Amino acid sequence: MGRLFGRHPNWTIAVLLAAVVLVWLIFAVWPEWLVNVIGRKKTFVNTLINGLTLAGLYFLVASGFTLIFGLMRNVNLAHGAMYLLGAYIGYEVAEASGNWFLGLVVAFLAVALFGVLMQVLIFRRMEGDDLRQTMVTIAISIIAADLMLAVWTGTTYQFTPPEWLFGAITLPIVSVVKSSGDAVFIKYPAYRLAVFFLAVAVGIALWVFLNRTRVGMMVRAGVNDRDMLAASGVNIQLVFMLVFGLGAGLAGLAGVVGGTALSIAPGEDLRYLLASLVVVIVGGLGSISGAAVGALIIGLAEQFGLAYFPTYGVVFTFLIMVLVLAVRPQGIMGGR
Amino acid sequence: MDPSRIWTRVHPLQWLLIVLLLAYPGPASDFFTFQIGAYSLILGTIALSLMMLGGLGGMVSLAQLTVAGLAAYLVAIFGENSVGVLGLGWPWWVTCLVAVFIAAVFSAFVGAISVRTEGIYTIMITLAIAVAFFFLVRQNYVVFNGWTGFAGIEPPTLFGVYWRDPAPFYYLSLAVAAFFYWAVVYCSRSPFGLALQAIRDNPRRMHALGFNVAAHRVTAYFLAGIIAGTAGVLLAWFNGRISPGSVGVDVAIDILVIAVIGGMRHPVGPFAGAVVFVLLQNFAIDLIDRERFNTVIGLVFFLVVLFSPDGLLGIWSELRSRFQQSRQSRFHSRGSSGGSKTFDSVGASQSSH
Repeated sequence: MGRLFGRHPNWTIAVLLAAVVLVWLIFAVWPEWLVNVIGRKKTFVNTLINGLTLAGLYFLVASGFTLIFGLMRNVNLAHGAMYLLGAYIGYEVAEASGNWFLGLVVAFLAVALFGVLMQVLIFRRMEGDDLRQTMVTIAISIIAADLMLAVWTGTTYQFTPPEWLFGAITLPIVSVVKSSGDAVFIKYPAYRLAVFFLAVAVGIALWVFLNRTRVGMMVRAGVNDRDMLAASGVNIQLVFMLVFGLGAGLAGLAGVVGGTALSIAPGEDLRYLLASLVVVIVGGLGSISGAAVGALIIGLAEQFGLAYFPTYGVVFTFLIMVLVLAVRPQGIMGGR
Repeated sequence: MDPSRIWTRVHPLQWLLIVLLLAYPGPASDFFTFQIGAYSLILGTIALSLMMLGGLGGMVSLAQLTVAGLAAYLVAIFGENSVGVLGLGWPWWVTCLVAVFIAAVFSAFVGAISVRTEGIYTIMITLAIAVAFFFLVRQNYVVFNGWTGFAGIEPPTLFGVYWRDPAPFYYLSLAVAAFFYWAVVYCSRSPFGLALQAIRDNPRRMHALGFNVAAHRVTAYFLAGIIAGTAGVLLAWFNGRISPGSVGVDVAIDILVIAVIGGMRHPVGPFAGAVVFVLLQNFAIDLIDRERFNTVIGLVFFLVVLFSPDGLLGIWSELRSRFQQSRQSRFHSRGSSGGSKTFDSVGASQSSH
């Protein structure tokens, strides 16, 4: 902290101030003038938590995308299709078995397997040719979207999450104090909070995997220099398969999680592909921490845009992307 | 060019093609003239703008349909429409000029955003722009009339001809397509086009030689925007309407599919791709279930990318070189005799690391 302050005093002060203001905005009871300026506190806090939830979901999708890109330079534009495939598979399993968690696990494994097959059967044939790989993923996403439409039709599906995750919990945040002196606390759906914490858990697990395990070390070495890693006796194809499986599996997992928070329908694949693209462009391609930062920014921006400037939510997201590209083309946490 | 030399410079096969294209509406029914012929030419022209960026400049943009769509929207906004939102009623030629110009400026803007990044980033950024534009027009009711979009867009009636009749519209599309085809060929041999291709092959060296790499790329985007914008005006007249569905990502990807299926090495590729695409679109119903067109086109795209990165052009030049070299036992001659040397495969120049 002290070192950070010594290096960037102005930034540190600004960030600390912003944090204090934010904490005050969340926990204090808002005075009249503030309500007049930006509306009711309930809207603000709900938007904030919605933004965090969405950020969690975006992180789950984008982390797989960025993981695959980081190691293999493969822009997997079929990532959205994998998300949707995971959602449908998870739905079928959860409905058949009545166990939501089984649906989650099976979706992860099935989509991971799909990813491994793609890597082995297709991408291995065109290693080092980024553009062709990207085109193939586009072709796969076209075919997959159409076949999924054929199997699951255009109906919207809704998961039933486990009982104890359903319903709302009361947060220790006062929204208003009534004239009678009773404090009104803010309620929030438990499941959506769980999404955020799941994303945090997955983020930490990925960090531990990449930084504290032997395989993670190989992956990081592969990101830096693929050829050297192969030359030092590591079976790099195996590492590729593993990472592709993991990244694809994360998309499938996110499909179940996101499909439960919102719903599953054709077209969602595109939405989450766009989200992953923007998140990793903003955060920096190939970096997990970048995906986290990008997901936070985009998730919050989208929800605040939706709440306060309803028609222009998407434009907001887009403007952030343009701004980041103009100032820092490699993304906020991007290397080089 | 000396007019008398035209006769010797144009290959007999090309003359045959020109005559065929001109005579096409004669025997063809209205459906084939309008829905197949004119539509292929319009899609081909949009894909041509992508070919110019991707083939000459090595920048594969997914936003070219968005540029065309913007021009189509502007035609509805500045000109006449039957929806009752905007429709300023400007004279048709002012409308067209302004629409194409704004579309080209927008294209240059897209270029300016993405030039600072390399290769694979371009496709991601332009895809994000295309999606953002789609959501913008779908949500904005004040200017773009949201979900419904605009209907009742009419081409002008000039010289006593109603230009949306099949044959006149076909010739209009053919004239536009032919002009831009010629323009791209001309551009590829001009100093600007040569510099652009050199930048595609080695941006750092060109930068060191004193060329302004970013300016060349943005100019290419501007020129491609003129092509796409003009095609967009035609597209608006063709459909008579424009809505978010016409600028969706699936359509934007269709344009890429067309360019890749045809091949991006030569301007003729996008048109070949467009013909195949439109024929498949209309007649895949006979091969397979009506609803599964996307699977068919996806599979064709998949196979082309997998086995012939240069698309139909690649297959054509492969066949030709096989035929010519059949006596010598030389294989692996991919791309060695592909017409003019100035067009190289995009794929080969894209490995950026």
